[in-house]
Amino acid sequence: MSRMVVNATVNGEPVEFLAGGGQSLLDALRDELRLTGSKEGCGTGDCGACSVIVDGRLVCACLMLAPEAEGTRIETIEGLADNGHLHPLQHQFLEQAALQCGFCTPGLLMASKALLDRNPDPTETEVRYWLAGNMCRCTGYDKVVRAVMDAAADLRQAEKPR
Amino acid sequence: MSDGNQGGVDLKVVGQRPIRPDGVDKVTGRAQFGADFHLPGMLTGRIKRSPYAHARIVSIDTRAAEKLPGVKAIVTSADFDAGAAGEVEAGESHAAMKEVAANCLAHGKVLYQGHAVAAVAATLPEIAAEALDLIEVTYEVLPHVIDVEEAMAADAPVLHDDMYTKGVTPKPGKASNVAAKHVMGRGDVAAAFKAAGVIVEGRYETAAVHQGYIEPHACVASWGADGQSTIWCSSQGQFLVRAMVAKILNMPLSDIKVIPAEIGGGFGGKTTVYLEPVALALSRKCGRPVKIVMSREEVFLASGPTSGAVMDVRLAARMDGKITGAEMTLKYQAGAFQGSPVNLGLMTAFACYDVEALALTGYDVVSNRPKVAAYRAPGAPMAAFAVESAIDDLALKLGMDPINLRLLNAVRDGAKTVYGATVRYSALVETLEAIKASPHYQTPVGKGQARGVAAGFWFNVGGESSAAVHVDEDGGVTVVSSNPDIGGSRASMAMMAAETLGLPIERVRCTVADTTSIGYSGSTGGSRVTFATGMAVVEAAQKVVADLKRRAAQTWECDIAMVEWKDGVATCTDPAKDVKPLSMKAIAGKTAKTGGPIAAEVSLNAQGAAAGFGVHVCDLEIDPETGRTTVIRYTAAQDVGRAIHPAYVEGQLQGGAAQGIGWALNEEYVYGKSGLLENASFLDYRMPVASDLPMIDTILIETKPNPRHPYGAKGVGEVPIVPPLAAVSNAVSRIVGKRMTSLPMSPAKVLAEMDK
Ligand code: FES
Ligand code: FES
Repeated sequence: MSRMVVNATVNGEPVEFLAGGGQSLLDALRDELRLTGSKEGCGTGDCGACSVIVDGRLVCACLMLAPEAEGTRIETIEGLADNGHLHPLQHQFLEQAALQCGFCTPGLLMASKALLDRNPDPTETEVRYWLAGNMCRCTGYDKVVRAVMDAAADLRQAEKPR
Repeated sequence: MSDGNQGGVDLKVVGQRPIRPDGVDKVTGRAQFGADFHLPGMLTGRIKRSPYAHARIVSIDTRAAEKLPGVKAIVTSADFDAGAAGEVEAGESHAAMKEVAANCLAHGKVLYQGHAVAAVAATLPEIAAEALDLIEVTYEVLPHVIDVEEAMAADAPVLHDDMYTKGVTPKPGKASNVAAKHVMGRGDVAAAFKAAGVIVEGRYETAAVHQGYIEPHACVASWGADGQSTIWCSSQGQFLVRAMVAKILNMPLSDIKVIPAEIGGGFGGKTTVYLEPVALALSRKCGRPVKIVMSREEVFLASGPTSGAVMDVRLAARMDGKITGAEMTLKYQAGAFQGSPVNLGLMTAFACYDVEALALTGYDVVSNRPKVAAYRAPGAPMAAFAVESAIDDLALKLGMDPINLRLLNAVRDGAKTVYGATVRYSALVETLEAIKASPHYQTPVGKGQARGVAAGFWFNVGGESSAAVHVDEDGGVTVVSSNPDIGGSRASMAMMAAETLGLPIERVRCTVADTTSIGYSGSTGGSRVTFATGMAVVEAAQKVVADLKRRAAQTWECDIAMVEWKDGVATCTDPAKDVKPLSMKAIAGKTAKTGGPIAAEVSLNAQGAAAGFGVHVCDLEIDPETGRTTVIRYTAAQDVGRAIHPAYVEGQLQGGAAQGIGWALNEEYVYGKSGLLENASFLDYRMPVASDLPMIDTILIETKPNPRHPYGAKGVGEVPIVPPLAAVSNAVSRIVGKRMTSLPMSPAKVLAEMDK
């Protein structure tokens, strides 16, 4: 089985790993780099548990081939906290009890970050449609949507010049 | 037992909303779920599955696959020990182990598409996949049956030629697909119908639906040369997995250690085994750890779902709305092996109402579908759908408000259930009143919209649990729980311990132990953990408090009755003694001088779980062009006893409501003519996503704390999935203008009804 060397930046650090031609980025992250925070719920692009940000774009890591990651900048859940300080999204998810089992949570957090990166003040409807690709079977989304809206407010507050 | 030891009004931790102890791990990706383990030398296991709905296995030829380099082991049902027999406690249902074994690896026949036939372990996933293709299975395809009523027909293909319907006398002369007939009832039903002022009746149908946990089943199993083995897996019960694997592989329990991983949802669907015995059998053959993870397609084909059902219901009532009698027949799909929750359907169907005469019949029917597994309040949502629809018909016929009609018929304390229990500590009436007074119900229905109301019941259970409380040398505390934490139970365990010990929540941490590190516990299911395991935690904490007081008395040389424990500090109430209070930290730091480490473990069999009631109200609209239903507003009220961590209790109500809405509107197992599942993916099996739902308002009714629990808790996890099916369909029926009797109410079905 021929494998190729892939060089990329993951959470700000240069990494090098071996990838099979048909291997998904998700499998490479989980099995080669042992970054198991990204989850596989379906492997077909339907649940969003594998959501990561590649060169600023939200992608399903299960749908991207690992060799395509060559030269890209990848953000995963493991890099969301900044030197041990939780991101406002992480903080709000905890405050609002926006997780029950927590399996969908890494994907939801990365998808929410991608949303807030481009839209700092989303409406409830915008949040719901943006997150429509991230399934959560436990929460009914109520507390998730509230957490994202409140994290957006926290981030706007932090941005405000004092 | 903690009868009557009710937490008073000045609770400091219980009722607050602290951050859960395992929270940071779960928002940073550090939490280890079933598929996240990795061991040196670990192999990948894969399962070969049946392409047919029903077939005899003529032969399995593994020779070519065995020769493939990298293949280390192959197993079939021949590798399971025939000794597998007997029953093991499994969530709400009892699992016949021979059938669980035959479900993990088919024996003689395959009974549904996706039924496991063989498994391989190989050094790489690609090699395992190739090996599966090289395993040659010769089948003799048999006629199949999918539909529950067709399966009951006299000429239906029979799945098990040794299945004779239980519960009928005399014993039937020939085998059939009806595993059991259950009958329950009381009173003179014929007289009730004869005297009735009004009668409503209907025939209802629900589709099989999947629990839909986002985490597929996963495990790692490692066999030791001396037989001592370890299994890491996500399940709803590490002890249950241990018991089932031990039976299937004929091993002593003490040789198996099961380490519970974080669990990515279960909803009842992880109260059995699919992979663990197979992975351990593979590991036993090759001496290396084996990991097996299901794909989503495998999850749909071969795990879960819950029963689809066909139900007939008839109500007799007086003209004032009082229901005097009811008849009901339930036919539940069991999947390929017996064991549908039909008896639970019968027990719960009328549990919300005080009906004098009842005649209830249920059939447990096998067909060529995956074996059903427990799903949140197993058996109750479908039966409630039929009953709550019929009651809605009654309200329409009599021109009564649906809440008032339910209030008139609601069970109150002292009433007898059809299964013999007496209703106690119930707050159905208060829950109905709360919905009636809610801002939602008080707001007129929006233009073009309709409103539906429904109620629901679940028993909640107690049972065997263990927990330990360890005092650390610095005065902090570790709580050891025996139950996998499926939705925040570490938080409630830590909170109840903190409350009892008088400590701030940050000084109490909670861990979930493996099977060798804590006494036995039943599974995380039946809404039992906060009640039963919580009771064990509180009793262990009470023992610790008693020990702390004893040590303080010893230090002060005073009578223990003169020691008071409050807010984590011992004070001496003897005026003759001039001593300073002793903090937890001070006592914990000097244990060597006062009798050694401070810890307590309690194992108990919790009795007195109080049932829960829920009432939901739903406003929705339907797009007349597409038939698509949109829920506009939703409120769920529930009798919760006392909410230990209200945010997680609300979350249970919201999540259950969302699952119920999916069940009502979209979710279903769709079969083609050849008996194959046509929608084994999240794309085609449509579960609600964020844009499908509104906010879900919750009302927690805490007027009737459960006096049998130290802090008044009732189970809360299952009730919320019972009312939504009818709450939604009662609203849809209003818009469509006729009774919707078949779930899911997919856009196509709604359009067809509207056009009729
Ligand atoms: S695992 Fe990638 S979308 Fe589900
Ligand atoms: S918290 Fe369990 S799937 Fe979202």
